[in-house]
Amino acid sequence: MEPAARLDNNHELAVKDFPYIVRWRDDRCKRCGRCTAVCPMYAIEPAVIVQRALKSEGTMPEPQAVRRVITIVKQTTDISRYCTGCATCTLVCPNEAIEPEYNPAHKFNFHKNRGGHPYRRGGRRNDPAPSTLDRLRFSRISMLTDPALDAGRHEFRIRTYLGRILPAEELPVRVVNNRLEVNRKAGTFVPPVREIYPIMIGSMSIGALSPYMWEGLAMGITYLNEVEGMPVVMCSGEGGMPQRLLRSRFIKYFIPQIASGYFGWDEIVRAIPHMIEDPCAIEIKYGQGAKPGDGGLLMAHKVLKLISEIRGVPMGVDLPSPPTHQTKYSIEEAVAKMIQSMYMAWGFRVPVYPKISGTHTAKAVLNNLVRNPYAAALSIDGDDGGTGAAYNVSMDSMGHPIASNIRECYLDLAAQGKQNELPLIAAGGVGKKGNLAANAAALFMLGASCVSIGKYIMQAAAGCFGDEYNRCNVCNLGKCPRGITTQDPRLYRRLDPDRVAERVVEVFKSVDTELKKIFAPMGRSTELPIGMSDGISADDPAVAERLKIKYNC
Amino acid sequence: MCRLAAITSGEYFSPMENIIALETMKEGHDGSGMGLILKGLGGEFEELKDYPVLSGICSEDGMKTLDGYMNRIGFRLKYTWTPKTRTVRGIESRDHYFARVYDYPDMHRDKPLEEKEMLLLKTRLALRSLGEEDESIIIFAFYPDILALKEVGDPLQLGEFLGLDRSSLKAKIVLAQGRQNTNYAINLYACHPFFIKGYGTMTNGENTAFIPIREFLSGRNIPGYIGYNSDSEVFCHILHYTCRQLGYPLHYYKDVITPLKQDEIDARPDREAASYLKRSLRPLCIDGPNCVIGFTPDGTCFMVQDAKKLRPGVVGGVKGKFALMSEECGLDSVVPGRDKTTDVFPMKFDMVIIKPDAEEVLVWNQLHG
Repeated sequence: MEPAARLDNNHELAVKDFPYIVRWRDDRCKRCGRCTAVCPMYAIEPAVIVQRALKSEGTMPEPQAVRRVITIVKQTTDISRYCTGCATCTLVCPNEAIEPEYNPAHKFNFHKNRGGHPYRRGGRRNDPAPSTLDRLRFSRISMLTDPALDAGRHEFRIRTYLGRILPAEELPVRVVNNRLEVNRKAGTFVPPVREIYPIMIGSMSIGALSPYMWEGLAMGITYLNEVEGMPVVMCSGEGGMPQRLLRSRFIKYFIPQIASGYFGWDEIVRAIPHMIEDPCAIEIKYGQGAKPGDGGLLMAHKVLKLISEIRGVPMGVDLPSPPTHQTKYSIEEAVAKMIQSMYMAWGFRVPVYPKISGTHTAKAVLNNLVRNPYAAALSIDGDDGGTGAAYNVSMDSMGHPIASNIRECYLDLAAQGKQNELPLIAAGGVGKKGNLAANAAALFMLGASCVSIGKYIMQAAAGCFGDEYNRCNVCNLGKCPRGITTQDPRLYRRLDPDRVAERVVEVFKSVDTELKKIFAPMGRSTELPIGMSDGISADDPAVAERLKIKYNC
Repeated sequence: MCRLAAITSGEYFSPMENIIALETMKEGHDGSGMGLILKGLGGEFEELKDYPVLSGICSEDGMKTLDGYMNRIGFRLKYTWTPKTRTVRGIESRDHYFARVYDYPDMHRDKPLEEKEMLLLKTRLALRSLGEEDESIIIFAFYPDILALKEVGDPLQLGEFLGLDRSSLKAKIVLAQGRQNTNYAINLYACHPFFIKGYGTMTNGENTAFIPIREFLSGRNIPGYIGYNSDSEVFCHILHYTCRQLGYPLHYYKDVITPLKQDEIDARPDREAASYLKRSLRPLCIDGPNCVIGFTPDGTCFMVQDAKKLRPGVVGGVKGKFALMSEECGLDSVVPGRDKTTDVFPMKFDMVIIKPDAEEVLVWNQLHG
């Protein structure tokens, strides 16, 4: 006899192979359809099944098998529509009837390469273990011999400098009548330096982010500057900025980024004569921690009208940035020229600094920049950094953690006595576990002058679902269920830019208090404790030895 | 906490005055050590002001090494002062305490002061390194018109032990510190006051920003910026760096260690230069709690506090004699007849500066000049 259904399902995947298994409760579901409508991956769908049930209706048990047709919510086993675990379904369900559950035994990485295309995604390295930064503790507590400060009562100056700082010996100052004055005849170029808040919002482009998200961040930092008096700045990411912003007085809170695709720079250059304020700085992107050695990519489906206008490109085409600047053949010449060209564009009034991914060779880059009097800083992006789109293999297997990279660069500068001349900006996994202030303070004590955040602010300000269990992480597909990394108006309208801005302000105000709560018991308040390595300790002797800090147990 | 007692005077006086002042402040130190630096030497040193004085402690072997080294370099011994030590319970006597006056090697005798200073510094560092491992040679200073004495013990007992109460040793400026040993092992190189090339300081308090400051100073590649057995040694080197290396007027020392906020700087006439300083010398900013007392080569003395926590410190006296003390009782012991209403307790923006020979006291304010 022929079976009712064939049983050779060998080339299909089971739900058990997937990273998230959707737990749907028949008894709670009222079949409203919100979950299936909202699922960005179409991983769940309404389905009709025939169910066999036993019924007994009389006073005596007389079970009868009946078949009935019911509607259910079914998880697909099509890997192109895998459940990302974003849990938007849970969010919209009125009856708590559905929830994706992480499946640690999944075999996703074995199968997510159909058509010969390796797995690409957004987010950051899928490693849920605590980072080195989270294993550092602040263990130099001031008491008795050095009274601790009061975070609530004392005055704290949580600021840093962005820009090349001349050594005191080279300052064009002279003594006149027992007072120092600037000697303008000395002809010394004093590089521009900005005083900023030591946590900046890192480079995330309009394009990678939705217009509402970007606008929310921009409004948030503007409010922080204008109302709260906190000079928080934000990097544009590659892809330009709206003309209206470029020509506004608010541009001083932004750092336009130039990267290897030069997207948006036609428009920026055109705006220069009309600018009424200088930008805070210019960032030249040479590398990104999440995908070292890889270029940027904005997928065609994200290149809609607004993006095409800002970037000066046609709509609906892929916008790949090469892995490297095409004009770059050596750091000594081409990079130096690029830095100088950018200086020249704004009359040497704007600091220009490069950003690289964390690497063993960071010290070589650093030492070249040390000898370049125009390099305003070095930003190093560690391997826990996030991205809007990259190959999974790049994200999970490539890169250099930020902690030891920043430490060895700082110690290298200190050995040359130049630790105050070239500020180091640390990025990549700052606040990965939500401990933004602690991670930032640890990085300052390891030697960073400033830290840069991206993923953290998306999570904190807009509720980004992404985590290190590969939850969601579909930033590359333009399907962001939160409306953060999409250009689809139906999705980004879910996001309220005012609420994002409000959260940005809340985040920075609270992190400011937390930083004081760290610095006060350590007795520091006047300057950022950059390089105060006696303040921290590690719970692992090997980490302590590598970072040249104390090991406490 | 340590206690500090500095006196500057137009007349020569005995360092016992400082020691007695320290005794009045005894509740504030535990007798774990005392350091003395005398500047403007009188008595038998008065005629030898142009010659460098090597101050230190040696073992028998160390003395031989020292003599051998000094002879080899060409320094000729002109005069030796040794304290007439007495046995005092609790103080362990070492072989040789000395202040030896040398004549410069022939080839350096007519060189400018800067070159002579460098020779003296290199010699001091070489001697230090020769005797550091076995502690056979401990050198505190090698400079004209400067004498330094340091030892473990209670200040008053040390004064007795070194026979200072009966000695003709006198000076116009004396810095004395009664030590409170806290977190560092007793090492005489950790004992204040510290001295480098004409600049001397002593400090009360713990320096929270020690590590970044030490790294910054060490990176200057300036000979002599080494040691740092105490977190307070950096105050002396910051002073030297600010005034000698950079050539800034003394009151900028205050701006370097406790920089103003930018809006405060903007209200000053030297705002542009002060802003540059704030940025370029950012790692030298201290966070206290510290009270620093020091002198410069011309005999100016000063007292300065950190900007928030402050350590006890008061300056007072009469024209011709001023004292810079941790406590009022120390001041009373040195200048009892002064007008107490003119005593100065420097606050967060102040730097008290006393002109050479204790001619006058100036209070320089960071905000108002």
